[in-house]
Amino acid sequence: MEKKGRLSLLFNGVIKENPVLVLLLGTCPTLAVSTMAVNGLGMGAAATFVLICSNVVIAMLKNVIPDKVRIPCYIVIIAGFVTMVQLIVKAYAPEVDQALGLFLPLIVVNCIILGRAEMFASKNSVLNSALDGLGMGLGFTLALLIMGSVREILGSGTWFGIPITAGRIDPMSIFLLAPGGFFVYGTIIAALNKLTKGRAIKRKSMGCDGCPSAAACGGAGTGQCPPDKEGQS
Amino acid sequence: MNKNLVITSSPHFRAATTTRDIMLDVLVALIPTLVLSVFIFGFRALILSAFCVIFCVLCEYVYRRLMKLSFTIGDLSAAVTGLILAFNLPVSLPLWMAAIGCFIAIVIVKQLFGGIGRNFANPAITARIALTISFVGPMTNWTAPRLFLSDAATSATPLALADAATSATAGVTALPGYMDMFLGMISGSIGETCKLTLLIGGLYLVLRKVITPTAPLAFVGTVFVLSWALGADPVYHILAGGLMLGAIFMATDYVTTPTTEMGKLIFGVGCGLITVIIRLYAGYPEGVSFAILLMNIVTPHIDRLCTIKAFGGARHKAL
Repeated sequence: MEKKGRLSLLFNGVIKENPVLVLLLGTCPTLAVSTMAVNGLGMGAAATFVLICSNVVIAMLKNVIPDKVRIPCYIVIIAGFVTMVQLIVKAYAPEVDQALGLFLPLIVVNCIILGRAEMFASKNSVLNSALDGLGMGLGFTLALLIMGSVREILGSGTWFGIPITAGRIDPMSIFLLAPGGFFVYGTIIAALNKLTKGRAIKRKSMGCDGCPSAAACGGAGTGQCPPDKEGQS
Repeated sequence: MNKNLVITSSPHFRAATTTRDIMLDVLVALIPTLVLSVFIFGFRALILSAFCVIFCVLCEYVYRRLMKLSFTIGDLSAAVTGLILAFNLPVSLPLWMAAIGCFIAIVIVKQLFGGIGRNFANPAITARIALTISFVGPMTNWTAPRLFLSDAATSATPLALADAATSATAGVTALPGYMDMFLGMISGSIGETCKLTLLIGGLYLVLRKVITPTAPLAFVGTVFVLSWALGADPVYHILAGGLMLGAIFMATDYVTTPTTEMGKLIFGVGCGLITVIIRLYAGYPEGVSFAILLMNIVTPHIDRLCTIKAFGGARHKAL
């Protein structure tokens, strides 16, 4: 693949196919940990690390892993890296571990990571998979950072713990709770759609071909299971 | 598509009544309460109410203008929303917080879903809940009634008192008498304290056939029976908090409550049930607003369960 292709592969995940804001994957950790900018950054960094590593390993092993048990194999690989991340975070950043809580081990079942493994790493070369992982990870981190910043500034009047409006204006604590999270999430998606005029994701990629979960669901929505995958249902 | 061909569902004959007439009736019904609230809480009640009405209308105007939609402020629904929202706020609330409430009610709850008739939840009640969750302190800073121009003082609402009385520590604070609660000489949000004027307003709406009394009666009745059955003081519970305001003016909203009488009955009973459960067992002293919001959400399902058999047609299967 040429240079330009590689670069677009890297930046694909940031805006055009942003995993959170365009593909709408990983909504659960996004809403749960984005109450503070620093949490979003921590979660994003952890997920990016796991994403790159798991993408690389899965791309390496893609010819070894039998098709029928590929999801368990992916999960084992991802879980291995998540365990590493969790131990590192616990050792060196216990406060981040406290803040992220359950959502750090839950990176194992993060749809973004499994989605990229299934959709990209299992079909592409090691280098491309690493770039894709990095790009998607950056996109995830960026989305979490934006959401975390908005929610922290509006909800507690601080940004990365630095007081902005705290003490002068009463913050709206609803932004720290689930309804505020959904509201900010929806607003950012709407803003992104408006900015990119809905072109962020191409029409053709709206079908099963472009859906990261297509392989997992086996095209269940269309009622036509791909012949080679029939065994798993 | 052929623009000249108008395809609409029934009814094809329309009464002369317009949305504006109905909203005007609701405004008239709210005025006695407004007058008395100024008498109870002082001049600021009027300022806050006027501010909410003006700001709601402004929000609606600006939104419709920015989105290049038809102007709907003439139907007075935004004004009604503003006044009901103000009735749900404590009199000491800063104006900018009230402005956020108006924005939530009109722009987020009403206009984003398509404007009048398309909102799934009651704008005023949703805005009140958003404000309650956001600004816990200012939204529970209840001012004691002060009968015009005497000094302001904060005090707990009857429900907060009752909540405290059930816990072991209290018991010293006397609960207000029934008559004070009926006439509104208690602390609370602007429009919820005086049951007399709310009932007058409700009666006016029923007589003008703007609302049917089904949902309010079912709501209040359920609260009465259930709180009595669960060992609480039933009269106290129907007179305390925002029950009357919610039952008369918000559980009868055309858009967000069921259309059939049977549906209204279910809606009212459901509201009463949730209110009593929240009041007696949950962390919040008051549950009327949450009850109405939750029942707003299930309204489409209630409507579906209560479809009326069309004349000459077969009975709809409830889905």
